[in-house]
Amino acid sequence: MVFAEQREGKVAPVAYELLGAGRRLADELGTRLVAVLLGAEEGEAGELIRWGADRVILCSDPSLEKFNDDTYSQALAKIITEQRPSIVLAGATPIGRSFIPRVAAKVRTGLTADCTSLEIDKETGNLLQVRPAFGGNIMATILCPGYRPQMATVRPRVMKRGEYDPERAGEIVNADLGGLRSRTKVLESVREVSSVAVNLHETEFIVAGGRGIGGEKGYKLLEELAGALGGAVGASRAAVDEGWIPYSHQVGQTGKTVNPKVYIACGISGAVQHLVGMQSSDIIIVINKNPEAPIFNVATYGIVGDLFEIVPLLTKKIKEIKGP
Amino acid sequence: MDIIVCIKQVPDTAEIRINPETNTLMREGVPSIINPFDLHALEAALQIREQLGGRVTVLTMGPPQAEVSLREAVSMGADEAVLLSDRAFAGSDTWATSYTLARAIKKLGAHLIFCGKQAIDGDTAQVGPETAEFLDMPHISYIRKIEEVRDDYIRVERMMDDGYDVVESSLPVLLTVVRELNQPRMPSLKGKMAAKKAVIKKMGMADIDAREEDLGLRGSPTQVKNIFAPEIRAERRMIGGTAEEQVYTLIKELRESKCL
Repeated sequence: MVFAEQREGKVAPVAYELLGAGRRLADELGTRLVAVLLGAEEGEAGELIRWGADRVILCSDPSLEKFNDDTYSQALAKIITEQRPSIVLAGATPIGRSFIPRVAAKVRTGLTADCTSLEIDKETGNLLQVRPAFGGNIMATILCPGYRPQMATVRPRVMKRGEYDPERAGEIVNADLGGLRSRTKVLESVREVSSVAVNLHETEFIVAGGRGIGGEKGYKLLEELAGALGGAVGASRAAVDEGWIPYSHQVGQTGKTVNPKVYIACGISGAVQHLVGMQSSDIIIVINKNPEAPIFNVATYGIVGDLFEIVPLLTKKIKEIKGP
Repeated sequence: MDIIVCIKQVPDTAEIRINPETNTLMREGVPSIINPFDLHALEAALQIREQLGGRVTVLTMGPPQAEVSLREAVSMGADEAVLLSDRAFAGSDTWATSYTLARAIKKLGAHLIFCGKQAIDGDTAQVGPETAEFLDMPHISYIRKIEEVRDDYIRVERMMDDGYDVVESSLPVLLTVVRELNQPRMPSLKGKMAAKKAVIKKMGMADIDAREEDLGLRGSPTQVKNIFAPEIRAERRMIGGTAEEQVYTLIKELRESKCL
């Protein structure tokens, strides 16, 4: 079962990615894939089928139109209790991370956050849930053997979408849940479109800095390189924690997940916490003084050297190529 | 206003390394700190106490040495500190941790409960919302601003991906906070003295009316099967030479792969 998150009636892209992963798991288990869509219209439900769902449980109760932890957790827990799925997947978005834990508490089962890989154990049929642990310095495989469903959240852009089939048929079921109660109320939703966030997700080049940039002076060098490339500046948690780069630039498990064409990591040691947010980039260039830095493990091109020397040279060369 | 702040003592994850031979975490000598998000939670609680009066209790679940973190919280201004510690709690996952915390909070009683949005060792962000569910209480996540708080009402800004929501709730309520909310204060001299003298209240399984089968490893639905180091990218190429040569080679490679 996939929880298909929507905002303002529009399904979030992560839902289609989860359907890709869910389709693969359902086929392996020989079971059907159900999507749950709360507070949206039937048109969107059709899209979920074309992206791989066999069945959509649609609940258009007005109390579900806007995200609300209380009504969402009651609704999903009710559906889970009735349908008894063996696996439930949800996006590790602000919405999913907020209410899915309540659902796990309600139905008395385990929940694994931010999975980077989901596979079925051939012997037991259990879901093998891989996630970064200990500040992302190591990966852990988590099992939930004694309870059902096995619940997991996955960050946006981690799983790949499946095949879109415009002809694909499926079943849409309207669920009447009734009796949803809420103790909190959203008075207003304010959009603050951060140009940084947009850029990190859409740009082809990201120049990111970590502890090795040493301060705002290092940050300036990254900005210049990003500017020459027409890209954006990213940051590791270390650089954000030091206060050198604002949080909105943070890439990694507690920041954004990005996959540009080229990711240039400067002075980033490479905790898994950072790697999970950028390792699906097409080309990763690593510039670091320390040849032992774990970030070199994911590099396409590795340069052992001083970023204060390399980055300005690189900026200069790129400006020459691109012309004025 | 009675406020409980849940804090967690965590290893400073920035200092953790993997032993490349054994593939295990090297935890020796890694300093323990209060989870950074929890400091913002404590600061928020202290500010509300200053405004409305009341008491701020810090609560942590952990081994006996977590007392150090509680004393640090007292030095920042918490009135009371409670250590929730018992062998029966060992090996708790987020479900069992939330259940245990909720049992203790029920005993202690509070109008407002603050948590950091997540702990830096697990990064799950699950314990706050799950605890609220076990308390049958609403919660609001990622609070970046408290607009108004009264004895029976709170209005806050919740940070979302594309902006923020203004959310209101009746009390009691559990709130998880983000860094943007405030700047945690430094301990005062008076606070440091108080921390030395503070009597840490201890609670165990017998004090919280918990079902033993729901505690610790036994009560935890999830299990860690194994841990491993991340994979190495297969097509890696190291570029040597002087800085000029390195940049030259890199540019050449990027042009060949049509990136420039």
